[in-house]
Amino acid sequence: MTPLLISAFTATSCLGRGVSPTLSSLLEQRSGLSRCEFETVKIDTYVGEVAGVDEQHLPAALRIFDCRNNRLAELALQQDGFLEAALACAARWGRARVGVFLGTSTAGMLQTELAYRARDPQSGALPESYEYATTQNTFSIADYMRRRCGVEGPAAVVSSACASSAKVFGSARRMIEAGIIDAAIVGGTDSLCLTTLYGFHSLQLSSSAPCRPFDVARDGISIGEAAAFALLERLPENPNANSVLLYGIGESSDAYHMSAPHPEGLGAKSAMQAALSAAALEPGDIDYINLHGTGTPSNDRSESQAVTSLFGPTTPCSSTKGATGHTLGAAGALEAVISALCIQHGLMPGGVHTSRIDPTLTAHYIKDNRFSSVKRVLSNSFGFGGTNCSLILGGAQ
Amino acid sequence: MKLCAYIDGIGILGPGISDWTQAADLLSGRQPYAPAATVLPIPSMLPPAERRRTGRVVKLALAIASQATSSAGADPALMASVFASSGGDGHICHEICEALAQPAREVSPTRFSNSVHNVAAGYWSIATGSMAGSNALCAFDASFAAGLLEVLSLVAVDPRPALLVAYDSEYPQPLHAKRSIPDAFGVALVLAPRRGARSLAKIQGTLTDEPADSMADPQFEALRRAIPAARSLPLLSLLATDCRGRATLDYLDVARVAVQLEPCH
Repeated sequence: MTPLLISAFTATSCLGRGVSPTLSSLLEQRSGLSRCEFETVKIDTYVGEVAGVDEQHLPAALRIFDCRNNRLAELALQQDGFLEAALACAARWGRARVGVFLGTSTAGMLQTELAYRARDPQSGALPESYEYATTQNTFSIADYMRRRCGVEGPAAVVSSACASSAKVFGSARRMIEAGIIDAAIVGGTDSLCLTTLYGFHSLQLSSSAPCRPFDVARDGISIGEAAAFALLERLPENPNANSVLLYGIGESSDAYHMSAPHPEGLGAKSAMQAALSAAALEPGDIDYINLHGTGTPSNDRSESQAVTSLFGPTTPCSSTKGATGHTLGAAGALEAVISALCIQHGLMPGGVHTSRIDPTLTAHYIKDNRFSSVKRVLSNSFGFGGTNCSLILGGAQ
Repeated sequence: MKLCAYIDGIGILGPGISDWTQAADLLSGRQPYAPAATVLPIPSMLPPAERRRTGRVVKLALAIASQATSSAGADPALMASVFASSGGDGHICHEICEALAQPAREVSPTRFSNSVHNVAAGYWSIATGSMAGSNALCAFDASFAAGLLEVLSLVAVDPRPALLVAYDSEYPQPLHAKRSIPDAFGVALVLAPRRGARSLAKIQGTLTDEPADSMADPQFEALRRAIPAARSLPLLSLLATDCRGRATLDYLDVARVAVQLEPCH
């Protein structure tokens, strides 16, 4: 594929607002996970909760979109000059030539959960004030962002579970390459809600401790929330030397199980292989792999097998979910932003919370930060339904 | 900028509509349209254990996807797919929210794993063994046109046949009062980059600011307005008659998708 310019990016997660606290947390190997005290949830688990989301107001004209998910998006949009960059992008290319492709798994689901607690005792009706289209509906996050950023190109939400906000790069890339648009706002937002906290708990997939990807004693995920956005544009002739580019994207399906990964990671391997082919790169060209690395026994085993079978046992890799938690539909975009920071700052972030690496996992998992030239990063995102996506990001040189 | 592809297969299910042969008779006026509750077949393509777990949206999506691929004579295992729906499984969403409103908050693990928006895409890949990429989109009422743009750009950029599956189903009360989709409706199209033996029509899609076409038949117009996937009906009407002409499909507040068809036979 023709590489695309990532002309702006931002991320807000439990590590902080914007790229600066995100980077410093990675440099200090600090985790943002804390014991779950979210809403009225009574589960013995850790979460990556973003501070101050409920204090965030939406612009008056968009108040109908008010819910935790869109508040988190608004909060993130105001960091790193992203909103200004998006407005400038729309002015540069024309509003109709900029698309919006965002990932989420649960959008404003919390709003519906709260409405179900406030049903009319006689009729069972939901409260009058409950807005479906602009909160609960999966599209609400893309609709909010397109209105907020004043863009009029094609818009859609990708909701392919935990691969959603990696796959949006694919949708945007195809439309840019097909000539429908010249640029796109991509990324994702997922916010804490009871459905995911109680749902993963019911599947016995969430840990009672902070998640420990690739640890011999790993026993599940820590759910997090995040909003991460990037501007993807047609590549100019002479990109800035410090620019980060999207070089490749690969997508596949497991065809195996709704909530368990393929045991040998065949789908994951095929997505990584497809991303390498799209980028016209060999496995040896990848300096660091940002793993999906959720911290469940089966996910990490499957991914490690896939990575080793394609890259061998020496390519450094780690999961940043010990720091951020698993931010579900926002994970792909959050980890794309982290990958961009790794490239700009020559960082391979060691995985936090992992104390003893599972000796049966053969991928080269790193626990300590490494500093060296990072030219090309591969970032993995896999989800329920057996949906897989790998991105390859790199410097302009 | 126009996106071009060939329509090789069609699948459809809806209120009083059971397949494309029948739908073509209704849409062309050869038979009168008599709406009746949508009948969803049991997805025999899934293993029995999985079959029991599937809800209405999965039954709907799998049925129309297999109609479309078999009429195209195409191997679904080799095809990338785009699933477009304005909501996931509304019944599961309701059951989870109801459970979470109770003190015990007991969410069923199966319901939770089937609550994802890409549930139909997941089961389709399991049923067909397809390891090709698959996307699950939502654009509220614009979901059909969003899916069509996605699959047209997919075929343009990665020139292999691909499958579009657009479908919607109802929420039970009390959500139904807030999102009043009346029944299940879905349409699936197999699109190919080159004309083949089974190609029905060449389709060219482009963005436009013209208003969306409505349906002349009041019952079809009611269906078009009531269910997002049925925003496809003006396109299906052309396919049901002589596969020729232009239709403008509902999309966003700021844009519609115009399609131009030419017959292949």
